[in-house]
Amino acid sequence: MTDQSYNFAYLDEQTKRMIRRAILKGIAVPGYQVPFASREMPMPYGWGTGGVQVTAACLVPEDRLKVIDQGADDTTNAVSIRKFFARTAGVATTERTDEATVIQTRHRIPETPLTPDQILVYQVPIPEPLRFLEPRESETRKMHELEEYGLMHVKLYEDIARHGQIATSYAYPVRVEGRYVMDPSPIPKFDNPKLSGCPAIQLFGAGREQRIYALPPWTEVVSLDFDDHPFEASKAAHDCDLCGAGHSYLDEVITDDQGTRMFVCSDTDFCAGRREAGHQGRLWASQPEAAE
Amino acid sequence: MTVMENISALNTPLLQVDGLTKRYGARIGCADVSFDLWPGEVLGIVGESGSGKSTLLSCLAGHQTPDLGRVRYEDRDVLAMAETERRRLSRTDWAYVHQNPRDWLRMGVSAGGNVGERLMAIGGRHYGQIRETATDWLGRVEIASDRIDDRPSAFSGGMQQRLQIARNLVTSPRLVFMDEPTGGLDVSVQARLLDLLRGLVRDLGLSVIIVTHDLAVVRLLAHRLMVMKSGRVVEQGLTDQVLDDPQHAYTQLLVSSVLQV
Ligand SMILES: Nc1ncnc2c1ncn2[C@@H]1O[C@H](COP(=O)(O)OP(=O)(O)O)[C@@H](O)[C@H]1O
Ligand SMILES: [Mg+2]
Repeated sequence: MTDQSYNFAYLDEQTKRMIRRAILKGIAVPGYQVPFASREMPMPYGWGTGGVQVTAACLVPEDRLKVIDQGADDTTNAVSIRKFFARTAGVATTERTDEATVIQTRHRIPETPLTPDQILVYQVPIPEPLRFLEPRESETRKMHELEEYGLMHVKLYEDIARHGQIATSYAYPVRVEGRYVMDPSPIPKFDNPKLSGCPAIQLFGAGREQRIYALPPWTEVVSLDFDDHPFEASKAAHDCDLCGAGHSYLDEVITDDQGTRMFVCSDTDFCAGRREAGHQGRLWASQPEAAE
Repeated sequence: MTVMENISALNTPLLQVDGLTKRYGARIGCADVSFDLWPGEVLGIVGESGSGKSTLLSCLAGHQTPDLGRVRYEDRDVLAMAETERRRLSRTDWAYVHQNPRDWLRMGVSAGGNVGERLMAIGGRHYGQIRETATDWLGRVEIASDRIDDRPSAFSGGMQQRLQIARNLVTSPRLVFMDEPTGGLDVSVQARLLDLLRGLVRDLGLSVIIVTHDLAVVRLLAHRLMVMKSGRVVEQGLTDQVLDDPQHAYTQLLVSSVLQV
């Protein structure tokens, strides 16, 4: 039921139009950070106010919304954003990737391949990939304008010099269609390959920093690397202990005081779907009640 | 290229400066400066503090826009150039060594990263090669190779300046602008740096415009000298000629005050 004291999806129509213009511009110039006038939202920054505003501008009454936080649908953050839109927009919600039309996410791309009729909205804390080495906004703008991206490789160089390999494992920088260098938000680099050639529209919203950027469907996205230190979409060298998946991103979970560990899919919907389909992991097979 | 074109290329100045003027409001930065710089030449610009040396240098490199005049680099009009092209030039053909290295090094990045940045900026994508070149350049500026992963904040002032030089020369530029490169350093450190610079300029065949208020620096490095006063060039000529037989009263004062020191 829609709460009638709010406009559909909380934001007023004029604000949504302004955000949609920024989104369209972002789609027209893939990877380019479009400034927008971020609004106060009834939740703190860091809770995805940028993503929430983008989602609000995209939603129509027929949509089915999924919200994930680090792969899970049931964290406080994900639950409250889902409730927020159920209340202010009255849209249906789901935990299933293949049923959703709009997915708002923090820190993950779903394992289930996305489709052309879906929109994936990322919550972005720091949109500027060059910020780490060049704090001056005037200078980073110029670098994007003139495609001066040597600094990005300096960051990777420093990684290798210090750790023997590219240690950046989240928010791994990418080049979009050979033009803009982009921060994919703090997704694990395991997810980077899914950014490229994706059939869904991918939108990125940074609330505090007031930036929106986008990847239209089928955009080429390349992770930066060196010839002799090529990009690797790494993950823990285990299978999921619940569903047995060997190719999904895993969280490490400590299960008791003795430090016993298990590895489980970070994408809870994907994991549950596999178990429903009869797949079994090491712990699920032996003692399902313990794993639960 | 035909033989004739080849010869004429050799006979073309690397940099041609014509009537360069820069004002700061009513105040003159530099006024009506003209000169040619030839390939392999080291031009010294001297004058007391406030005489317009830094203003002139930054106008030449395109860091500031002059009010009047022309600057040509080879066959290109530097002032009419698109910013993209000028910035590319300043990462490849040109280098700029500033007085205070701390402002121009990346203090949060290792020495190797500082030296490697220009290589990566022009497309270097092989870590091993970048590191090898950085190691080589640290050696050339007398920084031990085991310091390659240290940050410049751990370096002495002299080392920082040598690191700035390596960071600038690593892409083999042809034209190097230097603004008081030995300023702010201890006298003994200055002497060593000057020696190093002289060796690099000679070995690499660099063309250099070096600004300083220290006549000992230009005595050692510069083939030719321009003396500036209140933004204007009051005398120019071969270094030894100007220093040993100054014509302009101001130059005479400058030279004698050094001799008294
Ligand atoms: N950014 C600026 N704004 C206003 N005046 C300046 C600026 N920079 C230099 N000047 C003035 O221009 C003149 C030349 O300065 P500068 O080029 O720094 O001389 P030098 O390098 O020989 O010491 C001086 O009178 C100085 O005060
Ligand atoms: Mg000066």
